[in-house]
Amino acid sequence: MSDTFNEGITCEFLDDCDIVWDRPDSLLDTRLHYCPGCGHSVVHRLLMEVVDELGIRDRTIGIAPVGCSVFAYNYLNIDMQQAAHGRATAVATGIKRVRPDRIVFTYQGDGDLAAIGTGETIHTVNRGENIVIIFINNGIYGMTGGQMAPTTLPGVKTSTTTSGRDVSIHGHPLKIAEMLALLPGAYYVTRTSVISANHVRKTKKALLKAFKYQMEGKGGVSFVEVVSNCPAGWKMTPVDSNKWLETNVFDNFPLGDIKLPVKD
Amino acid sequence: MAKIKGHISINIDNCKGCELCIVECPQDSLKMSEHINTQGYHYAVLVQDNCTGCTNCALVCPEAIITVYRESKNKTKKERVAVITNVTENITVNVS
Amino acid sequence: MSQKHLMKGNEALAEAAIRAGMKGYFGYPITPQSELLEYLSVHLNNRGGSFVQAESEIAAINMVYGAAGIGERAMTSTSSPGFSLMQECISYIACAELPCLLVNIVRGGPGLGTIQPSQGDYFQAVKGGGHGDYKLIVLAPNSVQEMADFVYLGFDLADKYRNPVLILSDGALGQMMEAVKFPDYDIEAHKVDKSEWATTGNATGTHKVITSLYIKTEKMEEVNLKLQAKYREIQEKEVRYETVETEDADLVIVAFGLSARVAHKAVDICREQGMKVGLLRPKTLFPFPKDQIKSLAEQVDQMLVVEMNAGQMLEDVQLNVSGKIPVEFYGRMGGLIPTPDEIVNKIKSMYEQYNPMEVTHV
Repeated sequence: MSDTFNEGITCEFLDDCDIVWDRPDSLLDTRLHYCPGCGHSVVHRLLMEVVDELGIRDRTIGIAPVGCSVFAYNYLNIDMQQAAHGRATAVATGIKRVRPDRIVFTYQGDGDLAAIGTGETIHTVNRGENIVIIFINNGIYGMTGGQMAPTTLPGVKTSTTTSGRDVSIHGHPLKIAEMLALLPGAYYVTRTSVISANHVRKTKKALLKAFKYQMEGKGGVSFVEVVSNCPAGWKMTPVDSNKWLETNVFDNFPLGDIKLPVKD
Repeated sequence: MAKIKGHISINIDNCKGCELCIVECPQDSLKMSEHINTQGYHYAVLVQDNCTGCTNCALVCPEAIITVYRESKNKTKKERVAVITNVTENITVNVS
Repeated sequence: MSQKHLMKGNEALAEAAIRAGMKGYFGYPITPQSELLEYLSVHLNNRGGSFVQAESEIAAINMVYGAAGIGERAMTSTSSPGFSLMQECISYIACAELPCLLVNIVRGGPGLGTIQPSQGDYFQAVKGGGHGDYKLIVLAPNSVQEMADFVYLGFDLADKYRNPVLILSDGALGQMMEAVKFPDYDIEAHKVDKSEWATTGNATGTHKVITSLYIKTEKMEEVNLKLQAKYREIQEKEVRYETVETEDADLVIVAFGLSARVAHKAVDICREQGMKVGLLRPKTLFPFPKDQIKSLAEQVDQMLVVEMNAGQMLEDVQLNVSGKIPVEFYGRMGGLIPTPDEIVNKIKSMYEQYNPMEVTHV
C-alpha cells in the first residue's frame, strides 16, 4: 500500500500507530473498473478478506459470471474460471464434484443468476452442492446499459421499461433467495447489503459463515445475497443510490437471515 | 475519557470521488478536494485532526484505497533504531 | 487384457471412459445415448469418479467446463438436439483450451427429428458448430471396438493439444452389441502435467484464470492465431484413416462411421462381381484426410461418397478432389441406413455413365 498522498493534514504520531485496516493481500493492486461507488468493489474486497483470514487462497476457486463482474479475476488473486452467462453454478458443480477438497464459490449478478441462469441456480441448490453462491442483486443490467432485470422493482425506469416496470407487462420482481430457501439443498440463505460500515461488517460475517460451512463440509449451498447499488445504471450519485436502497429497496428485499442451518 | 487517536492515508490516484467515505465518517474528518486526480476525479482528503481510526471510511470505500492507523494501545515506546554509517564500520545506536 | 466382452456401443464407450481415468461425467438423458448415462450412473461413483445427472445439456457441458478447468478428465455425452444445446459452451471450451471428451450419438434431424441413426451432424461437428473460429478434433468410430478405443485416444489427444475432442457416432453404433476388448491402459503413464493452467488454487502467489474473454482486439486476434496454429499442427500430425482395396481401384467410396461398414460390404460385393472398387474411411473427420483424397483423385476414375445425410462430408471430398474426377453421392436421411445393394446399384450406374473422354485431368 502506498504511503500517504494526503494533501490534507499529516500525522505527527504515525510511528506510534498500528495499522488497523488495510487492503487485503489477495486483492490485486489494480485499479478496479467498476463505476464510482459500486457495491461490486466492496464485495470483491470482502471476499478477499475472508479468503485471507481463512487462509484458503491455495485451494479456493472462484467462478466469474457474465455481467459487470465478468472481470472479477482481474482483481482477485485466486484461481478463477469465467463461466458462460448464467452457468456459473454448473461450472462450480463440475469443479466441486471432481475435487471435493477445493473451496468453490460463484459470484453472480441478478441477470446471470436469476434470469438466464435460473435453472442452473435452482438445480445446483436442489442438489445441495457444497459451494458458496454470492448473489449481487442491484435490480438492473449494468453492463449492457441499464435494462430491466428480474429483480427490478415495480415502477422503476430502466432502458427497457422507460415508463417504469409495469408488472402486468413485465412480471414481478423475482425473490429468488426466498425461493431457494425452500429447497432442502439450501443450507444457509441470507440477505445483506454494503451501504454502510455496519452493513459491510454484517456482509463480511455472512461471507465468513458461508465459507466456514463449506470448509466444514456441511450439507448444502450457502447463499449470500447482497442487495447492492448501480449508481450509473440508476442515474444517481453513489450516496443517493445507497439512500434509495434504504428507503425503497429493503422493503421489497428485506435484509437478514432467510434460512439458518438446523442445529446438529 | 480521551478519544482514541487515529489517522488514515488515502491513495488519491485511485479515488473515484464517490463520497461514500465522507457521509460515513462519524467525525466529519473528510471532505472532497477541489483538485482532481490523474483519473479526473475529485478525491477524498482528511481535513480534521479528529480521526479516531474507526475504519468506517475504509469499510465502505469501494476502491480499498484507505489505510487506517490507530495510536498504539501499548504505550511503551517502540525501540527506534538509527544507523550511523562510518567509514570503517556500522555503529548502531539506540535512541529513546 | 485379452478378455472379450459382449457390449452395446454406448456401454463399451462408458466402460472405456472409466478405464481411461475419467473423473467427472455429466449428462442428460436423450435417446439413443441413454445407456451411456445409465451405465456410468451405476459404475462411475464406486470406481473413483463422479457421476452427475444434470438438469439440461447446457448444465452438463458447463459442468465439464469446470471439471476440465481444474485439470481432471471429464466427459459428456448426448444426441443431436442435446449437442445443439451445448454449442455455446463448447465454443468457450475451445477458446479456453480445455481438454475434454464429448460424445454425440447422432440421430436423424433436423428438429426433434427421429431417434434412428444419422450422420446429419457432420457439418456441426467439423465446421465448428458454435460461434467463432474453432475446431474440435472429431473421431468417427465404425464398430463397438472403436467406440471404446477412441475414448482412450480421445482423452490423450485432448490432453496433448488442450482441445475438446468429439466422438461422432450414431444411434446404430450406440445400440448394437459386439465383442469388445479393452486394452491395458496405464492411466498414470498417460497423465499430462496441467499445473501451469489448471485452476486448482493459487499456491504460488500467481493466480491462474480460465477465460475466453479478451476485450482487446489485438489480444483476441493473438488468441485466434494461436488456435489456428494448433489446428494446423493437428491437421499435419493426427490424420487417421483406413483404406480397403484401394491399391488397384478405379472407383473409390469415401464413407465414415456406420456408412463405411455398409460401404465395406458393398466393396466386397463389387469385387466378387469383378468391379475394382475400394474404400477410404476417415477415422478423423477433423483433421480430414485431405492428402489421401488428393492422391486417390490422381489414381482413380471416380469417387462415390456415401453418407446418412444429404451430402455433408461430400463437400470436403469435392474440395480436395478439386474437380479432377467425378464425385457422386449416395445418401439416406431421416434415420434410414443405406443397404449394400443400394450402394452397389449406384456404383453400377456410375460405371455405365462413366465416359473417360469427357474427363479432363487438370
